[in-house]
Amino acid sequence: MSKNWPLWEIFVRSKNGLEHRHFGSLHASDAEMALENARDVYTRRSEGVSIWVVESTNITASNPEHNGELFEPAQDKVYRHPTFYDLPDEVKHM
Amino acid sequence: MSNEQIKNLEEIFEARIARDEKIEPKDWMPEKYRKTHIRQMSQHAHSEIVGMLPEGNWITRAPSLRRKAALLAKVQDEAGHGLYLYSACETLGVSRDELYEQLHSGKAKYSSIFNYPTVTWADMGAVGWLVDGAAIINQVPLCNTSFGPYARAMVRVCKEESFHQRQGFEIMLKLCNGSQEQKDMAQDALNRWWWPSLMMLGPTDAESIHTEQSMKWKLKRKSNDDLRQQFIDQTVPQAELLGLTIPDPDLKWNDEKGVYDFGEINWDEFWQVVKGHGPCNKQRMKARVSAWENGEWVRDAAMAYADKKEARKLKEAI
Repeated sequence: MSKNWPLWEIFVRSKNGLEHRHFGSLHASDAEMALENARDVYTRRSEGVSIWVVESTNITASNPEHNGELFEPAQDKVYRHPTFYDLPDEVKHM
Repeated sequence: MSNEQIKNLEEIFEARIARDEKIEPKDWMPEKYRKTHIRQMSQHAHSEIVGMLPEGNWITRAPSLRRKAALLAKVQDEAGHGLYLYSACETLGVSRDELYEQLHSGKAKYSSIFNYPTVTWADMGAVGWLVDGAAIINQVPLCNTSFGPYARAMVRVCKEESFHQRQGFEIMLKLCNGSQEQKDMAQDALNRWWWPSLMMLGPTDAESIHTEQSMKWKLKRKSNDDLRQQFIDQTVPQAELLGLTIPDPDLKWNDEKGVYDFGEINWDEFWQVVKGHGPCNKQRMKARVSAWENGEWVRDAAMAYADKKEARKLKEAI
């Protein structure tokens, strides 16, 4: 029994002008095969014009257990939003 | 973690689901939620993969190039659906190899409908119309299930599935408008696939052991009996349109309830097939296991080639 094919994450740009979006994952022996398989698995109905493949082990993800310290500080910084500032109605184009 | 802490986490978890929040793979989840999802998603993936076999049987014998291209595309979709679902399952920390091992050893189940043989071309029509029809009824509510990767996979599956049912119905329609022999062939296929299709929606609510928990986790949104009734009510008028007779003498419109009453389902047959005694269980498993075993050298060669290329790249860099 030898090594299993590694897992790859697949990102597809559905049309020019849009960003690549995560579509799913698949197994392949190398990047080239991952691209070929991604074409067959994720773009059988013209869902994309460009594909990125990234070996899953190369992705570092944040831990949901740390969501508090990571994301909560943004919640009390309402002054980062335009609606925080009181301006008279007469002011136009702002 | 203390029992108290786990109980607390469980309460937070249940509340999130109740609020219709999605659960993502790295979120904390009760062990039972994880196990149930691995079981259901892998069973679903296995069904897609084994489901390729009864239809693959007719690809080389499709009556025209148009039918052949459509059937080939449908079987390829099923491979794709299996792959979406396997990778959704792997996000819960189970490996693809373990999943295959569970299928090949008989530990994991797949939809027992695929243990029936496809003996005539009309079966391609009946399978698309009835089996995919029942599958769609089962799957549409899953697009809203609580586990994110499963819900996302199901959205893709459902989008692609509707062509499957339409191509099946079109095959039936063509046969029903053909010679008497062709019409008989269509009727015969309906006779054989009707009851197994009803069974496909699962045991009756009274017998279904997982229903209550699955409803709570939104892994299931309607009960098996409700889904079955929905399937019957939408399929009977389609059969009438084809000019075919549903093989159930007790089938009749109930004006009061606004649904069709139907005859007793032979659950003994269902459990026999689930337990491995259907007409094709052995054949299906043999096909899967031998594809896996005979493909081993190809997988190994591809890996060896990838390693060699990688090593060469490293050497050149030095």
